[in-house]
Amino acid sequence: MKLPIFLDNHSTNPMDPRVLETMLPYFVEKFGNAASRNHAFGWAAEEAVENARKQIAKLIKADPKEIVFTSGATESDNLAIKGVLEMYGEKGTHIITSSTEHRAVLDTVKALEGKGKATVTCLAVDKFGMVNPEDVRNAITEKTILISVMLANNEIGTINPVKEIGKIAKEKGILFHCDATQGVGKIPVDVQEMGIDLMSFSAHKLYGPKGVGALYVRKKNPRVRIVAQMDGGGHERGMRSGTLPVPLIVGFGKACELCEQEMVQETARLIAMRDRLEASIMKALEESYLNGHPTNRLPGNLNISFAYVEGESLLMGMKDIALSSGSACTSATLEPSYVLRALGVGTELAHSSIRFGLGRFNTDDEIDYTIKKVIEIVTKLREMSPLYEMAKEGVDLKSVQWAAH
Amino acid sequence: MAYSDKVVDHFNNPRNMGSFKKDEEGVGTGMVGAPECGDVMKLQIKVQNDMIVDAKFKTFGCGSAIASSSLATEWLKGKTIEEAQKIKNTDIVQELNLPPVKIHCSVLAEDAIKAALADYQKKADGPATDAK
Repeated sequence: MKLPIFLDNHSTNPMDPRVLETMLPYFVEKFGNAASRNHAFGWAAEEAVENARKQIAKLIKADPKEIVFTSGATESDNLAIKGVLEMYGEKGTHIITSSTEHRAVLDTVKALEGKGKATVTCLAVDKFGMVNPEDVRNAITEKTILISVMLANNEIGTINPVKEIGKIAKEKGILFHCDATQGVGKIPVDVQEMGIDLMSFSAHKLYGPKGVGALYVRKKNPRVRIVAQMDGGGHERGMRSGTLPVPLIVGFGKACELCEQEMVQETARLIAMRDRLEASIMKALEESYLNGHPTNRLPGNLNISFAYVEGESLLMGMKDIALSSGSACTSATLEPSYVLRALGVGTELAHSSIRFGLGRFNTDDEIDYTIKKVIEIVTKLREMSPLYEMAKEGVDLKSVQWAAH
Repeated sequence: MAYSDKVVDHFNNPRNMGSFKKDEEGVGTGMVGAPECGDVMKLQIKVQNDMIVDAKFKTFGCGSAIASSSLATEWLKGKTIEEAQKIKNTDIVQELNLPPVKIHCSVLAEDAIKAALADYQKKADGPATDAK
């Protein structure tokens, strides 16, 4: 077993070596511009791009022509939301989204709202982090032009009832955008069955390269149109100008193909490891609380709050394991995770959270090591915690008058 | 975020971690911060003849908060009450090489020192003002 261990697979995935192998010829040997229609270099590049487009479309049950390449999911989210608003703004400017979306969605709609270009309804989620489809229905007004709800959350892994939301969107004739960055490649996605009109996802979250993503844009029932957010050569059927990064796209395609072929076995393996990690930690450490949905969540996700210890110090005590925390001390804003807050998790428990993200290349040995380390450090830091001491003495921490600073 | 070697050292080998009994003679206890802010420090001093002979801490917080309070106990030991009053958060920042986002940890440590000293004084003056 090699240290450090990577258990932060929601932030990114290591690239699969098989993906790299397919990319390599497209840097030096087959370097053509896919938009060059007049020579063999261009044709080779175009062929590779179209092959990748098919592989990607197949994974999400779409038509290859519905895939628009972007630089990543953030760009896809921006393009979907701004592109729809600009195209259909005359019909209305109301957008419905949820409070646990990724910031690429939340900040985009807030920016539009701030500029007076849109009005936004941000739906609350339940204690598991799930959007209630009926809340979506009730939020719809005659001015609503877009619903944007994520497939699976990046912190707590909770999977939203996307199919039900898609059904409501269809019923009301409103476009449905889904940020599926964490879900595609990890759980089955079917844009037809789920009633999705626009969907953002990214290669590096499914063992592909960084720097490339896609926006699925529905072509039929209805035909969705968006206004490009970048002017230029009119690539990607006019929706996203810019020379295509052929090697990245080739890698994206291969990565999707591998996900499709291996998803069933990989999911079973990840769930077994994740559940073992969860059970062992929970059994050994009292007052550990699971954040997110107990069952309906991403296979590799585990988010736990350890009462009386602070998240950043936990991470510091496990330097040889790459993890993430919802603690304010790990964020630029000094605010604890807004996702955990949206679930109703108290601020103090939000500060105490750790996110474990398991992926394709984690091993049982690594999980054993992590279990041991987590128990060790939480125990050590609780010994050091005045809050734990008070709780053990029977002091109700809620009744203490704290001097907030 | 990269931590300075001194922060890492205090975090891995905290000095004087633990508690005195609050009602023990000569013990002053300061508790500052709040759980919802992500840090709470408890700092205790044991005083004999105006001299701090021992100090202990317990901290809920990030590595820098733990290091700041650990360092504070080290500095307090052997100081008189008057000398202890002069410990400034900026001294802690300098010693531990704290980045700007962690300055509040040093402020909290200074507050904890002040609170422990005040509690000791209050207890020392106790019988006169706090007759039951």
